[in-house]
Amino acid sequence: MKRLFPITPALLCLLGGLSIAVVEAAAPADPPAKTEAAPAASAAQVNTFNRLMTPKSDRNQPPPLDGIHDPEGPGTKTLQAPRDAFSALPKSSGGNYVNWVQALKDKAINPRYDRLNPKEEPMIMELDIVREVKGFMPDVVYPHDRHTQWLDCSNCHPDIFVPQKGANTISMAQILMGQKCGVCHGKVAFPVSECRLCHSKKKDQALLKK
Amino acid sequence: MSTRFPGFAPAPKSPGKLRRMALMVGLACLLWGGDLMAEYADIVINNYSDKAGMRPAIFPHWFHRIRFRCKVCHADLGFKFKAGGNDINMLKIIDGQFCGGCHNGEIAWSVENCDICHSGKPNTPTQVHGNTIQKLVK
Repeated sequence: MKRLFPITPALLCLLGGLSIAVVEAAAPADPPAKTEAAPAASAAQVNTFNRLMTPKSDRNQPPPLDGIHDPEGPGTKTLQAPRDAFSALPKSSGGNYVNWVQALKDKAINPRYDRLNPKEEPMIMELDIVREVKGFMPDVVYPHDRHTQWLDCSNCHPDIFVPQKGANTISMAQILMGQKCGVCHGKVAFPVSECRLCHSKKKDQALLKK
Repeated sequence: MSTRFPGFAPAPKSPGKLRRMALMVGLACLLWGGDLMAEYADIVINNYSDKAGMRPAIFPHWFHRIRFRCKVCHADLGFKFKAGGNDINMLKIIDGQFCGGCHNGEIAWSVENCDICHSGKPNTPTQVHGNTIQKLVK
């Protein structure tokens, strides 16, 4: 035991040195990851980092270049380019790449709740619905407040969701096929690639171990 | 991918978890993917346009949601959540239904500006542009 004692500080120093070396070795790897967007200019080439991902340079194209508007159409050039409108809005990583809920919260936009009366305020319902999911993902929290600031109750109830606890079975397959939450999410509201925006409540770890 | 999922699950420990992660990353890549350049949720309506010799109409959701909440059109004006499912025609619009609720020269510009709506490429099918099914099934 006595012999081991002087060795341990030396060992600790060695380990410390090693860990610093590891950190140093890892550090230079970071900058290329941060400049991930840089090769976007050459995104038209076949050997891009991920040919399935829309490069930042191709997002929010102006109507004459977006592929569905007719560049020859006399009205196309008069249309506003999405980038002009989005530059002042908070960003997100899917859909229009705009965080619409945050934009409303920040008062970056003030959309009317009534066609004619600009002063009409939405009726906001504050009720979170927690749905315990069967798989490994965190449970789903459905916030009524963020939905009622955009929508009317009748948009979802009773046609899409029966307003009764336990009366609605929802699966990701249905959502992917445009049913239930997928009536909006994946079409106009943030898409299903943003898993954690819905699956946001950590499961009870004690229950998981049982 | 970690930048896309702030707070994503900790490093996978078992091969099962690894497989699930790989599956999810694959799915995510698919969903982000593609050559779709136009704006998410642009609606192309081509129920009658092509047959009538007009360019299909394009409804930009993003432009309208900056100005109106979903409720105005989808509850008050009665637009169903279905591209092409509302059977809109110019007669109804001039009569003040659907788009005509606002595009009447009072709230928004009026129907004589044909080419602003009818600005799609000819023969573009009715669709919700950039939707999940469109990205998964090509």
